[in-house]
Amino acid sequence: MSALRPDLAIISDWIAPGSRILDLGCGDGTLLAHLAGEREVTGYGLEIEPRKIVACLEKGVSVIQADLDKGLSDFKDQAFDYVLMTQTLQAVHYPDELLQEMLRVGREGIVTFPNFGNWRMRLYLGFHGRMPISRTLPHTWYNTPNIHLCTVRDFEALCAERGIEILERHVTDQAMHDNALMRQFPNLLGDVALYRIRQAAR
Amino acid sequence: MPKHLPADSVGIVEQHSLHFDEPLPLDCGRSLPAYDLVYETYGELNAERSNAILICHALSGSHHAAGYHSEEDRKPGWWEACVGPGKPIDTDRFYVVCCNNLGGCHGSTGPSSINPETHRPYGPDFPLVTVRDWVHSQARLADALGIERWAAVVGGSLGGMQAIQWAIDYPDRLGHVVAIAVAPRLSAQNIGFNEVARQAILTDPEFHGGRYYEHHTVPRRGLALARMLGHITYLSDDAMRDKFGRDLRADGGRYKFNFDVEFEVESYLRYQGRSFVDRFDANTYLLMTKVLDYFDPAAEYDHDLSAALAHVQARFLLISFSSDWRFPPERSREIVRALEDNQKPISYLEVETSQGHDAFLKPIPVYTEAFRAYMQGIAREVGA
Repeated sequence: MSALRPDLAIISDWIAPGSRILDLGCGDGTLLAHLAGEREVTGYGLEIEPRKIVACLEKGVSVIQADLDKGLSDFKDQAFDYVLMTQTLQAVHYPDELLQEMLRVGREGIVTFPNFGNWRMRLYLGFHGRMPISRTLPHTWYNTPNIHLCTVRDFEALCAERGIEILERHVTDQAMHDNALMRQFPNLLGDVALYRIRQAAR
Repeated sequence: MPKHLPADSVGIVEQHSLHFDEPLPLDCGRSLPAYDLVYETYGELNAERSNAILICHALSGSHHAAGYHSEEDRKPGWWEACVGPGKPIDTDRFYVVCCNNLGGCHGSTGPSSINPETHRPYGPDFPLVTVRDWVHSQARLADALGIERWAAVVGGSLGGMQAIQWAIDYPDRLGHVVAIAVAPRLSAQNIGFNEVARQAILTDPEFHGGRYYEHHTVPRRGLALARMLGHITYLSDDAMRDKFGRDLRADGGRYKFNFDVEFEVESYLRYQGRSFVDRFDANTYLLMTKVLDYFDPAAEYDHDLSAALAHVQARFLLISFSSDWRFPPERSREIVRALEDNQKPISYLEVETSQGHDAFLKPIPVYTEAFRAYMQGIAREVGA
């Protein structure tokens, strides 16, 4: 599976074989199909777009049409080992509530999002005074699905506030590479942030 | 194949009949001593016998799911949109079986068949059957055809209910369930509509307590009324508005101030009612609506649908339609949730359409694409 997006490859490494997975906003099912083949995972993708659901069915991925803005009340507590949300957090109406929901139905959560704190974003806004457009955020402000953009520091502040424990963090550049400097200054240098999280014991 | 039949049709098909002598015990406590099942098949059974698909029909359907009975046939089978070469149920890859259910009026033993004990039509003596009884009879048909395991059992509406019951009763005899526009049980409103339809038939003076065959009459008005009512519930408000609006039939666009046909929709419904009488039996309609009313697999599991589905092994595809107010998407979601509770493989799609319950018979692109994608997966799995 050399065609797999590098961020998805990192996620794959985080997942124990045979796990039960829920993939929120699973798109065309690429990640789940990969995980089913490489990690023998079972579970479902949730997706709202009918065309993407067809693409999942073509891959043999179990996919359920769902609107993430309506929550995950269909699922029982701790029904999954991992709940994944790749590049979707920034597109939902209630990202804070969804984060907590994913950690209710799953033992652990894996979240990836475009880091709005990246230096290019800061420069773009600083110099142009306009909303940044980049490879990770290719839309204009009025037609973007991304309505809740955040930075690495924003995300970590929310986690701290909600008692969410960060188990692992990985930031990459647009080509999904990382280096020591990036690990030192993730909010400034990272384009994409990947987190493995869980609800801290209360 | 004759020139004027479409190339993506299974073409001219013929029906077959099988006689069963082993009595069939029924949920109502009675049993059928012997019975016939009429069926059609399309495509070829492969050497491994792994590519068989059972299609279950809905309320007014029959074994004639696809193709034409003759070159003069005006209309193809009821699911021509989805069954044929290259179609979602691809007859180039699958061996497709569709039978007329017991109690039907298209050849399988039903109320209009001769009761061997009395040598006259069963009429009201024909036992009320259930979805489970049908599934048992279909399992015997599968045995007779040498099919140990269906690659999938597929159906819409009442047909989808049979597919679900198959997964419950014979978990190891099917790989997949495809249930479209379905519900895990009827609502009080659904049962209410069925009761009005039945009352229309039962109170027709020509019904004769169900023995109208012997009186050489047919409760035409009652059956037509029942169909008109049913037809309204299968469409959506939007679909009827788009099709008819408030268009008047007569010239001049003036009201006639009487009870003749004035609106286009009245004309359409009366036509639907009339033509239904020519192809359907009133006793069968009564029986089929009762089958719908009785379906409730959760009932014997303390009304816990998750418990009812706990032992299914089949993988599921459920599809619902946004404007289906007879079996709205929320009813399909109950099944999805029950399967999720059990960690069973399930895929679910809700199709945005204005066509109402009848949408499951229509070639709506995203619906047929999803259906096709899923069936292709099954074909790969079984080596078809």
